[in-house]
Amino acid sequence: MNILVCISRVPDTASRIIVASGGKTIDNTGIKFVVNPYDEIAIEEGLRLREKNGGTVTCVVLGTEVSKDILRTALAMGVDKAVIIKTADDNYDSYFTAENLANYAKTLNPDIILLGKQSVDYDSLQMPSTLGELLNMPSVSVVTKLTIEGTNVTAEREVEGGKEVISSTLPCIISAQKGLNDPRYPKLPDIMKAKSKPIEEVAAIEVAARVEIVGLEMPSKKRIGKLVTDSEVDIAEIVKLLHEEAKVI
Amino acid sequence: MSLNHNLSEEQILLRNTVRDFAENEIKPFAKEIDAKEEFNYEITQKMADMGFLGAFSPEEYGGSALDYLSYILVVEELSRVDGSQAATIAAHNSLGVGPLLYFGNEEQKQKYLPQLAAGKLWGFGLTEPESGSDAGNAATTASLEGDEWVINGAKIFITNAGTDVSIGSTVMAHTGTREDGTKEMSCIIVENGTKGFTTRVMKDKMMWRGSNTAELFFEDVRVPKSNLLGNQGDGFKQMLKTLDKGRLSIAAMGLGLAQGAFESALKYAKDRKAFGHQLSTYQSTAFKLADIDMGIELAREYLYETCRMADRGEKITKRSAIAKLYCSELAHMAANHCVQIHGGYGLMKEYDAERFYRDQKLLEIGEGTSEIQRLVISRAIGCYDQEKFY
Repeated sequence: MNILVCISRVPDTASRIIVASGGKTIDNTGIKFVVNPYDEIAIEEGLRLREKNGGTVTCVVLGTEVSKDILRTALAMGVDKAVIIKTADDNYDSYFTAENLANYAKTLNPDIILLGKQSVDYDSLQMPSTLGELLNMPSVSVVTKLTIEGTNVTAEREVEGGKEVISSTLPCIISAQKGLNDPRYPKLPDIMKAKSKPIEEVAAIEVAARVEIVGLEMPSKKRIGKLVTDSEVDIAEIVKLLHEEAKVI
Repeated sequence: MSLNHNLSEEQILLRNTVRDFAENEIKPFAKEIDAKEEFNYEITQKMADMGFLGAFSPEEYGGSALDYLSYILVVEELSRVDGSQAATIAAHNSLGVGPLLYFGNEEQKQKYLPQLAAGKLWGFGLTEPESGSDAGNAATTASLEGDEWVINGAKIFITNAGTDVSIGSTVMAHTGTREDGTKEMSCIIVENGTKGFTTRVMKDKMMWRGSNTAELFFEDVRVPKSNLLGNQGDGFKQMLKTLDKGRLSIAAMGLGLAQGAFESALKYAKDRKAFGHQLSTYQSTAFKLADIDMGIELAREYLYETCRMADRGEKITKRSAIAKLYCSELAHMAANHCVQIHGGYGLMKEYDAERFYRDQKLLEIGEGTSEIQRLVISRAIGCYDQEKFY
């Protein structure tokens, strides 16, 4: 089975995010970057498919040189091949990413493409469906259970109040939701060996941007609440405040 | 953690992995393990599967083949969450695996090291009921009768020696008298289950309650002559070399505990309000936190550099004593401040502060007391060159 896993490099969710000067990017100083948590689930699913069916797991990331560190994590977890599609900088949109991933996928001709349902940095949620369109492959998103028999694919998704069962065929694209599996920890000897494994480099193709980030803003600070005593005379005051200040009634 | 202290990419990955493991697989159980004072076999096996038990053993013996600094990072991260599990790993690698790997012959290494990487444990029998810091005074004897050593005596406070998965101990014994009248010490391998060798788990400990501490008893224990580790009479030298490196793992436990106590204290100080403001905005609290952070930053630099020197094969006797002494006293300070900042809650088992406070105390006593570390340092700077008492 030829398995492709697409991963992205995101700030650890515990990081303190600050908007960089210029107001269009975040300040990377002191931030710990990790494999996007949903992509980690995709890697694990890829490894399990390989353990069951044989084959190879290729892991690809798009980004600058620094993104190689998360490929080392993937290698330590056990993927067979790591590829970086190298960009000149961090200024690209989701469409650029999708075109480049699709371009690479065509050279690999995978049976299945796995990726997280979204990246927890910009939360664009574009990749699974855009890739499906560009590669003309079925794409099932937010999957919590995956069964593959021959070329038949059965995927479960959680929907409001129940679950949805979808059938499809290989080759296809599956995006992982929490619950699909519990990603393994890389073992110490595998971490030490990961450094000596090769990382293949591919140059990114030029794709004109379709969207542009105009500005980033920090969420406004929570305002301090107003204390109103519980006597009946204050009810009029509360109504007045809700109407004039909070403007909710 | 703001700085990466010149760690390599894989060392950073290793540290992050061990941190995740400790947070998810150990932290949720640490309080209960401490309360029940039980050795947890499930966690031990999980740590073995991760490669913690054969941390610096070469690959050919089933080990993870880590450099010493990487091993220290493992211990530090475990200790940040739970001293007991850190103790199991530190003692097993530094004192269990270490002597066998450094001084054992090929046959001994082939026989024991793969098992000790896969989940079995090994003790290092040094301390005795009547001899601690004065280890050279050990009363346990081993005499050669034909092709066998006959061992008699007792050891105490031996980590990892009495679990269901412990398969043996390296035992330091008095094997004769030198020409100058001093005792000749040698290290001998004794497998669990050997006739006359019994272990008893020591209970009611103040700290490290999830780690295994045992007493060892030897009554006419007979082992083959070939169980000698290295050369006869090298026991004391072997012990000193083992402890030089072993002290770095105790230092790592101190640093990790200080880090854990610091994070817990900082979080509480920012969450808790007194007199209408966050505790952390009062300088009486803020300066305590600043002091701990300063100590942690300095200790980490010093310890990591000492590990790099150990990796290069440089002599580290004085530096490892300094690292062990400084990190254990830092842990003391951090745990003490942590409890103080938590106020009344710091005295309750509900918060980790109380466990940190108890766990840190061993670090000033085990593997050479703080007083012995000061002796090692003062000896190294020449204080006793003219007059020798020790």
